[in-house]
Amino acid sequence: MSERADLVVVGAGMVGAACAYEAARAGLDVHVVDRGAIASGTTGAGEGNVLVSDKPPGPELDLAVRSAARWRELEHELPTAFELEPKGGVVTAWATAGLQALRALAAEQATAGVVAHDVSDGALWELEPALSRELAGGLHYPGDLQVQPMLACAALLRGARAHGARVTPRCAVEAVERDGAGRVVAVRTSQGRIACDAVLVAAGAWSPAIAALAGATLDVRPRRGFVLVTEPLPPLVHHKVYAAEYVADVASAAAALQTSPVVEGTRSGTVLIGASRELVGFDPAMPVEVLARLAAGAVRLFPALRGVRVMRAYRGFRPFCPDHLPAIGPDAEVEGLWHACGHEGAGIGLAPATAEVLVAGLTGAPSPVDPAPFAPARLQGALAA
Amino acid sequence: MSAPAGTRVAFTFEGEALEALAGQTVAAALLAAGHRTLRTTRVGDRPRGMFCGIGACWDCLVVHNGVPGVRACLQPVADGDRVERQGGAGPPR
Repeated sequence: MSERADLVVVGAGMVGAACAYEAARAGLDVHVVDRGAIASGTTGAGEGNVLVSDKPPGPELDLAVRSAARWRELEHELPTAFELEPKGGVVTAWATAGLQALRALAAEQATAGVVAHDVSDGALWELEPALSRELAGGLHYPGDLQVQPMLACAALLRGARAHGARVTPRCAVEAVERDGAGRVVAVRTSQGRIACDAVLVAAGAWSPAIAALAGATLDVRPRRGFVLVTEPLPPLVHHKVYAAEYVADVASAAAALQTSPVVEGTRSGTVLIGASRELVGFDPAMPVEVLARLAAGAVRLFPALRGVRVMRAYRGFRPFCPDHLPAIGPDAEVEGLWHACGHEGAGIGLAPATAEVLVAGLTGAPSPVDPAPFAPARLQGALAA
Repeated sequence: MSAPAGTRVAFTFEGEALEALAGQTVAAALLAAGHRTLRTTRVGDRPRGMFCGIGACWDCLVVHNGVPGVRACLQPVADGDRVERQGGAGPPR
């Protein structure tokens, strides 16, 4: 265990990995630590979405547009492959009212550079022949991508190591040392002490606990979700397909269970089915009634899925911020403490641009998007009840 | 309906007439008859057979009486069963 680094990144998930890569590329001496294995948190519990389609105009969409472009660059830049598929997204509506709302959203998104095509006149079923014929229509977003999240996280960390970074899994941070002026000077871990100039909290839903070690508060809450994995099938679903209600679910702050169907295929032939959202703390239970709702929603969209077997289901905790923007930047009070967390269900997609914004803050380089809306200060201080 | 223990059950694998003991799974009966390859992969046509043996890995998939994607390690052999290797992901379900 090396005893010094410029930057200690706490969290070897997608956001921590991306930040480690960008910081190492910028010449910083970086050490990534994680209490578990790499990608063992929420990164390993999602679907690898890189979406521009599901975000209304605003800072998050700007970050997403930049981040999707950066993922395409990373495909050629990183040392190992990660199944990047520019498959595109298809958003469907069951009724005319929903379709009109989709069209209005697409018109707003267009001002941010997002391309969407109305395929309601029949092209929808050319794109996805197995979709229910009872749909009113839908939109095609060619800019949506998918990556394999574990492979992508590993590729980013390999890239970071190629620039001199160190990565230590199974290394839990136990304390953050601060000097007399309150500035961060070191972390103490289960594998030893690392003196450092800066600590980056990139621990997703577990970030508040890490921030607390440095005397800081951060309002990030776990928002539980499940994914069903079907048996391997012949090619059936060609894009990421979801129902229009998904956008409203993502943007809401409701604590109660919300589900809306999200269906996509994978290179291995399995079909992944989501998506549910609940604020239940870190409750690890997997209630069958929630899984049944996800299955029913998927079968309604794709009748050919009826009778297909589910091999397994898995569960993750999205890191949720009340205003639905991640925290990226310096801590409001603790000098040397930085945050890159709180991306809810968009962490995979937003990780590369998050890293650019974060490293711009660290080094003073220009940021690709305005960092002000992501300032951690808005999530700090006394927590809401 | 299961036959008394020790009874032999007749089935076919890829058209070959085989016997199983009553209660044996397809995978066990095929292994006893010297057949380890139960399917070929979707990519590369590589041979696959029983791996975990307990229904968790979904690797031992066969076409059982025309139904694809059946886990051979869980499926008891019934008299007259017709088992075939699954090529790739098999036909649409």
